[in-house]
Amino acid sequence: MTIPNLVGAGLIVIGAGIGLGNIGGSAMEGIARQPEATNKIQTAMIIIAALLEGLAFGALFLGK
Amino acid sequence: MIETTHMNLRKSGRNKLFGLISLFVFCSAFASGTAPKSDGDSEGHGAVTSESEISEYILHHIKDAHDFHLFSYNDSEGHRKHIGFPLPVIVYSSKGLRTFMSSEFHHDDSGHHVVESDGVSLVKYHEKIYELNEGAHAVEFDEAHHPTNAHTVLDLSITKSVFGFLLVSILMLIAFGRLASQYKKQAIPTGLGRVLEPLILYVRDEIARPNIGEKHYRRFTGFLMTVFFFIWISNLLGLTPLGFNITGQLAVTFTLALFTFLITQFSGNKDYWKHIFWMPGVPVPMKIILAPIELLGTLTKPFSLMIRLFANISAGHIVVMSLISIAIIMKSTLGATGATLLSLALSFFLTLIELLVAFLQAYIFTMLSALFIGMAVEEHDHH
Repeated sequence: MTIPNLVGAGLIVIGAGIGLGNIGGSAMEGIARQPEATNKIQTAMIIIAALLEGLAFGALFLGK
Repeated sequence: MIETTHMNLRKSGRNKLFGLISLFVFCSAFASGTAPKSDGDSEGHGAVTSESEISEYILHHIKDAHDFHLFSYNDSEGHRKHIGFPLPVIVYSSKGLRTFMSSEFHHDDSGHHVVESDGVSLVKYHEKIYELNEGAHAVEFDEAHHPTNAHTVLDLSITKSVFGFLLVSILMLIAFGRLASQYKKQAIPTGLGRVLEPLILYVRDEIARPNIGEKHYRRFTGFLMTVFFFIWISNLLGLTPLGFNITGQLAVTFTLALFTFLITQFSGNKDYWKHIFWMPGVPVPMKIILAPIELLGTLTKPFSLMIRLFANISAGHIVVMSLISIAIIMKSTLGATGATLLSLALSFFLTLIELLVAFLQAYIFTMLSALFIGMAVEEHDHH
């Protein structure tokens, strides 16, 4: 595990973390404003989270 | 009245505790079923004690294999005994079709054991089957460990993953076939159908109908349901101790994404193709620039489907196996019990997450496929 590999992997995880944090934050805000829409917001949040995780995992795999 | 509710709550609390403990034991049994055996010293082929052996073990279990390797141990004389069962090998060599059981390779993966099958000499190196060239009796390797005097053959064997998805298909045919025939006589299903019916209705009403639209969704619900249950059951099988890794193979996810791609392209209506090649409402120079980008877009979407499913599932398997290997690596620092407990706790929680990921990835794949199909058959109301 060379240093550039580790730095790259770290950057990927940072990117995924920021993205997921943003999604989670907006989802929380939306649920706080309208508790009736919790289900829809949750579904949308999970979908976007899966897309983002797919991207992160794909990048991790491509870079080994 | 209050006492009975109180008693019911206490009973349900106790039942929940039982349920949680049995889930823990169950999941640990599942997770540690994939564990490498650490007894015996590392001289026997297959005993795993050091880090390099562990990574080789993990990679070997992620890849496809020609036999089921459940576990192995060193018997009283120090020989390595393997428990598992072999699968048929079907190759199309230069001299024609040859079939035999993979037990003839005697668990040899380094290309040394030669199997003679009707005039054709075959060896297995890193789970690839090679046929020795004419006149050669043993494989010679070059520096990069590639065989120099053998060539690959068309390998049509029943490998672990082929066996796995045949098993999934048979399970699905039996379960859903019985459910379908139940509807001829009664309106409400009984037995396993009770579990499957809400899931089927969920796929139809929450995934197919909103994304594809009322007019066309019936054509595609069959495909969407097949894909959903196939991916879900394959992911769940990957969590068992049997060592399946069906959706973690790039070939399997490529085929699933290919089906989605073909279905979207072949059911695209005129509006869809117009939007790709000649986007309306945009000046002509932009249209010419947009066309190749949009064309590339039709390819990248199924590609991302393939990568997403493959990466999620195989990464999950690798992480679970690595956490179980902690029990072996940390044996010196934490002691045998401490290391085992730590790895048990970590792999338990990760297996729970993997259960969620199994369902989630199936849902995401199906939903995105429905979305792409919906975009293809959508009828725009022109202004």
